[in-house]
Amino acid sequence: MSRVAVIRFPGSNCETETLTAVTRAGGSAVLLDYRETTLSGADAVILPGGFSYGDYLRSGAIARFAPVMRAVQTHAANGGAVIGICNGFQVLCEAHLLPGALLRNSQQRFVSRPVDVRIERCDTVCTSDFTQGELLRIPIAHGEGRYAADPAMLEALEREGRVMLRYAAVAGATAPHNPNGSAHDIAGICNARGTVVGFMPHPERLAEQVLGSDAGHRFFTSLVKRLALGVAA
Amino acid sequence: MTQRVHVRVIPRSGLLDPQGQAVEHALATLGFSGATDVRIGKAIELSVSADSPADAEAIVRRMCEQLLANPVTEDFVIEVEAR
Repeated sequence: MSRVAVIRFPGSNCETETLTAVTRAGGSAVLLDYRETTLSGADAVILPGGFSYGDYLRSGAIARFAPVMRAVQTHAANGGAVIGICNGFQVLCEAHLLPGALLRNSQQRFVSRPVDVRIERCDTVCTSDFTQGELLRIPIAHGEGRYAADPAMLEALEREGRVMLRYAAVAGATAPHNPNGSAHDIAGICNARGTVVGFMPHPERLAEQVLGSDAGHRFFTSLVKRLALGVAA
Repeated sequence: MTQRVHVRVIPRSGLLDPQGQAVEHALATLGFSGATDVRIGKAIELSVSADSPADAEAIVRRMCEQLLANPVTEDFVIEVEAR
């Protein structure tokens, strides 16, 4: 069975939901302490949401140097699947596993609400169960989600199809479609091969029908299926 | 010997600084209408063991590049205290 490690840093707070979401998708989920120096044989690693190290200095800036991150770097370099959700995305940017940075929301407020996002790329490790261009409504909860990169990098991300998830304007929506001022409406990006991905929305918080929607469930079924095939497939 | 170093980390010009904007609006509300281009960053003070102010500056520069500032979004200024 595909084994997925979910890392808990001091201040992570979405690891339990993430473990549950992986398990419900048919994977074997294990909690991994940030002080570990190996991934315990995991096929994929998820950096969950939360406020690692209290967001001191910058979100993700300290977690990047946690002992386990060396193993995450090696796993990513070997083509392994690495997923960063919310604070996990911030950690991946600080670790230079993904380009750019996540800054204070443009309206200066923490935003916790559902948003509409469009799947821009369905061949990554966590989006293969979606169709290209599919819209879904999933929650965000962050104060620092404004994606920024220099113009050349933004252009490269677009040209190389590395914008995985984008905030989408949907008819009838009452709130602004871009919740934080992100450049190019970017909600999530990936590396060239789609094996390292990071995004701000929280699919693990909406992965069971009992919550009114299981829109996030397929991120995890995508991952588990992909691992069963071998990530390089 | 120990050198006392002051670091200022400022959001790169051209990038939206919502904190600075909010404070600029607040200043205008108080009647300080001449205050413009307010930008808010961080001040970090530290003591480092170095042979000279130049060495201290070089050490702290490496700290800034690796941790204290984010090269994607922030600029930094280093000042070594005169003794």
